[in-house]
Amino acid sequence: MRTIFFLLRKEFKQIFRNRALLPLIFVAPILQLLILPLAANYEVKNINLAVVDHDKSPYSQKLISKIMASGYFKLSGYYEGYDVAFHQIEKDEADLILEIPDHFERNIVKENTEKIFLAVNAINGTKANLGGAYLIQVLADFNSQIRMEWKQQSRFNEAPTIEVMHSNWYNPMMNFRYFMVPGILAVLVTMIGSYMTALNIVKEKEIGTIEQINVTPIRKHHFILGKLIPFWVLGIFVFSFGLFVVSFLVYGIIPQGNLFLLYGFLAVYLVGILGFGLLISTYCDTQQQAMSVSFFFVMIFMLMSGLFTPIDSMPSWAKAISQLSPVTYFIEVMRMIVLKGSSFADIKYHFVAIVGFSVLLMGWAILNYRKTM
Amino acid sequence: MRETVISTNQLTKQFGDFIATNKITFEVYKGEIFGFLGANGAGKTTAMRMLCGLSKPSSGHATVAGFDVNTQPEEIKKNIGYMSQKFSLYEDLTITENIEFFGGIYGLTNKQIAEKSKDLIERLGLVKAKDQLVGSLPLGWKQKLSFSIAILHQPKVVFLDEPTGGVDPVTRRQFWDMLYQATENGITVFVTTHYMDEAEYCNRVSIMVDGKIEALDSPDGLKKQFNANSMDEVFYQLARSAKRSDN
Repeated sequence: MRTIFFLLRKEFKQIFRNRALLPLIFVAPILQLLILPLAANYEVKNINLAVVDHDKSPYSQKLISKIMASGYFKLSGYYEGYDVAFHQIEKDEADLILEIPDHFERNIVKENTEKIFLAVNAINGTKANLGGAYLIQVLADFNSQIRMEWKQQSRFNEAPTIEVMHSNWYNPMMNFRYFMVPGILAVLVTMIGSYMTALNIVKEKEIGTIEQINVTPIRKHHFILGKLIPFWVLGIFVFSFGLFVVSFLVYGIIPQGNLFLLYGFLAVYLVGILGFGLLISTYCDTQQQAMSVSFFFVMIFMLMSGLFTPIDSMPSWAKAISQLSPVTYFIEVMRMIVLKGSSFADIKYHFVAIVGFSVLLMGWAILNYRKTM
Repeated sequence: MRETVISTNQLTKQFGDFIATNKITFEVYKGEIFGFLGANGAGKTTAMRMLCGLSKPSSGHATVAGFDVNTQPEEIKKNIGYMSQKFSLYEDLTITENIEFFGGIYGLTNKQIAEKSKDLIERLGLVKAKDQLVGSLPLGWKQKLSFSIAILHQPKVVFLDEPTGGVDPVTRRQFWDMLYQATENGITVFVTTHYMDEAEYCNRVSIMVDGKIEALDSPDGLKKQFNANSMDEVFYQLARSAKRSDN
């Protein structure tokens, strides 16, 4: 016990004395929590619309002003012909082209039918899809509006219509940040746990102090505990700071579920992540190697764990990979407990998985540590 | 008969086809300074790592401070001190903090740590620098501090791997004075060096060539045996026959 006390005291002193590490632990997470959710916004606004109006009639004007009134579009300009408008897409100044043909008004009035041409710049698929969908919605609305105007209403409404009413649960305002912040917090804790642990241990290898430690009577499990406990504590601290200070004060997110459950899960999760850091350190000899390896894995974790893109829409091979990443479970549990107020019964499958991951990663790391150092 | 502190019998370490240390047999007695010489790549460090319990011998036996390197490495670690050619105190801790840390993990009580730390800092003339980070000290001071910390817990043997590499002659002289003092307190010193003037200060010297011990005697004895005027010549005669030196 006394040995661990001396090891812990040394580690904490070194961590708080490290001018490069400290900002990385405390400032970077706050900045990331402040910036990332704002940037990772999936609401599409400001879709640039180029209009080619061959008709220049009151009807075409009506349509255009209706589109602009929806609030999603920004008029990039009126153009004489499709070619000119397409030039705007090439210059990336327009996302959509709406082409209204000659005799638009006349054809509607006389023939009750008309076609409109829509061209979409699909490089940014999300923006193109959503923009196209919005526009089609507006057109449909316009369509029924003119039908109302032109068609004689029957006395009885023959066609029954079903009006869909919907309500949004757990995130009633559909605020994208509510969805992102808990997930980003989960990734931050993961990064701190894995990077810091791996770098810290490899640093001792690199400067040779580990050799000195190895000739002392310190047992390997004492050394491992001395290394992991500080980062476990730091992980819990950074998580709490992110949860109560940044996410509560800045984004107004109040955790709905049981905090003990959340922290219980975090405690187990951190064991696995620290084990992962330790594992990396046993395979690397320099901090550069450790950094590259952990960066590689954290990239995969970020992209494959459902932080930005829903796992349900991944192909099955990608789903399998995401199921192999402990981060997936933590992000899901974060969202479930913080946003939905889920109870243990809801997350028990996640809990079993994370216990499994922790035992596996930590066990592997310790075995390999004993062999290699 | 003098008390034996280190004793090896046919100690061998093999990495694949390469025999780093080839059946070495020798004894080191209590309170002596034993010089462990050899060209780069001769197998000194490998032998030393086995004696410190850092690596397991491929074959052969050795006991250090009465414990077997094969079966009781943890017991050995409690009874030895070690100072490597790489400076291995924590540069981001102060002198006092380093002393406290290493004292603590060798199981000294707080009272012992406080006394020894005060005594050590005064003896090395580091009173003013005691709260300075070790990284900011000049190399010579670092090495003296490193040695003092390696013997803080009064080990039976202290292993020094090229402790004076890159250190100026005056500081080297002071360092060797410290080694003599340690032996007066009953600590056995096992030291590797490339400086032949330092070899002259040893009580006995062994010279390793290509993994084997080719000569072992007092410096005077060796000079007689090889008909040489200095240890430098003795070393040269032996080491030039080496096949795996890196120079």
